[in-house]
Amino acid sequence: MGQGIFVITEQREGAFRKVSYEALSEGRRLADVKKCGLTAIIAGPGAEKMAPTLEKYGPDKVLVADDPLLTEYTTDAYTDVVAGAVKAQNPELVIIGASILGKDLSARLAARLDAGLAMDCVAIRVENSEFIFTRPMYGGKILSDVKIDGTPKMVAIRPNVFTISETPRSVVLEKITVSAGQARTNVVERKLESADKIELTEADIIVSGGRGTGGNFTHIEELSKILGAAVGASRTAVDEGWRRHSDQVGQTGKVVSPTLYIACGISGAIQHLAGMSTSKFIVAINKDPEAPIFQKADYGVVGDLFQVLPAIIDEVKKLK
Amino acid sequence: MDIVVLVKQVPDTESLIQIAGDGVSIKTDDLKWVINPYDEFAVEEALRIREAQGGTVTILSMGPAKTVEAIRTALAMGADKGIHINDPIAEGSDSLGISKLLAAVLKKIPFDLIIAGMRAVDGDNYQVASAVAEFLGIPQITQVTKQEITGKKIRLNQVVEGGVAVIEADLPVLFTAQRGLNEPRYASLPGIMKAKKKPLEIKTVGDLGVDAGQVGVKNRKVKIAALKLPPTRKSVMMIKGEDPAALAANLVHKLHEEAKVI
Repeated sequence: MGQGIFVITEQREGAFRKVSYEALSEGRRLADVKKCGLTAIIAGPGAEKMAPTLEKYGPDKVLVADDPLLTEYTTDAYTDVVAGAVKAQNPELVIIGASILGKDLSARLAARLDAGLAMDCVAIRVENSEFIFTRPMYGGKILSDVKIDGTPKMVAIRPNVFTISETPRSVVLEKITVSAGQARTNVVERKLESADKIELTEADIIVSGGRGTGGNFTHIEELSKILGAAVGASRTAVDEGWRRHSDQVGQTGKVVSPTLYIACGISGAIQHLAGMSTSKFIVAINKDPEAPIFQKADYGVVGDLFQVLPAIIDEVKKLK
Repeated sequence: MDIVVLVKQVPDTESLIQIAGDGVSIKTDDLKWVINPYDEFAVEEALRIREAQGGTVTILSMGPAKTVEAIRTALAMGADKGIHINDPIAEGSDSLGISKLLAAVLKKIPFDLIIAGMRAVDGDNYQVASAVAEFLGIPQITQVTKQEITGKKIRLNQVVEGGVAVIEADLPVLFTAQRGLNEPRYASLPGIMKAKKKPLEIKTVGDLGVDAGQVGVKNRKVKIAALKLPPTRKSVMMIKGEDPAALAANLVHKLHEEAKVI
């Protein structure tokens, strides 16, 4: 029977993903409930230099696996290193962020460790000292409470859902020797979109457009820019070729949980609602007062988005 | 080039999902069942590779008797043969259990490439494909939007946050299909007629030599304790206003003062 909580952090070029702080904060909260230790692992070159950044989120111990083999993420090398560390620590629970690479790594790791994995969780609680994980299924149409047999138990948490809290403490740093085999996949190139583009799954605010835009996203883009928001799209907008696949929100696109979701000219097909229903506040702007999106929204505006959006942009500018 | 595509039958994404009386499963009576949309991309990509390079496309799926419809649809699209793991003992297996069964089939047949959907839109687990790759000891590349095979090498675009990573590997590999990979074809009428005569093998847990203590609902590591509906929202507040400017002013006021989100 394992003991303690183990958090796998994710970094790229010296910066942690936000979900790593969310995972650590939740790990600290659960470690306090369970009265056990919290260990975090950082993998990649420069890991040791990054360790102090984690102190304020409350780990008792930070493992650093600093090796050129880990420069680029490869499933093979990262699984080898993290599996080795998990086995050595023998924790009860492993927490990882369910980013794209977090999903890739956690699924492989769970198979390597023969561990039950609750993917893309939105809540964790402890009842009678047992972990209960809440996770969406059917694209969020249903929530499922699951328990995991055996240890380690694994959970991948949905980005942008868990609260970040700061509980600084002094941290023990431990270097671990990497024993990764040669990775069989080779990252030859990274093509990143402009650095200021906000990733949908991590965005605080999303402004999304659908059929009602007729393909004109000018106002949506302008509003996003002044709100510091990401731009999303319905399946129709993507199928019509107005937006890229990577912008699609829905059951067959990205599942998002921003603080504010502004749906413009989106009728609210069940498959779209599945992808954004966990947003904290939902605003719907639509010409059709009968559009199903209004049933899922907190605030509704019946109107032509080509008139309403410019007016909203003017109002928001007044706030700044 | 021998390609195997992992396929799952799932409820159509337009379906209303309702919780069954037992509280841990869903009502299945009125559901329309389809191939998992991401698996359609996988089937399409396999067919395109076969059309360019020759070879075979095998559809591998696990599930109860009706799963055969999903396999036949993939055969109607143009795949060559199907393998269906259908055994009441295996029903209700979790991702690890399913992966062990799929891997057991794959250990007995030749393949150069395995393609799967990047997730199944029912369980949303994102796990089976990676676990199959692990149990077979081959590399995985998940969420792929482009691939190119030259000889024994494959080059793929993997979606990562904020862009794509270009990855190279030697075959055999398993990759998972993300939206954007292709536009799946529809099954043609002659395709549907031909599919009825294509070979389809049924396998049981016993045939595969997998320990029955590793599969089935009783041996899940991830156990469903309860299903519930997502919390409902308070009813919508419709913003009032004479004209767009007034509507906008009232909305922004609410978002700023009441919700405090901008």
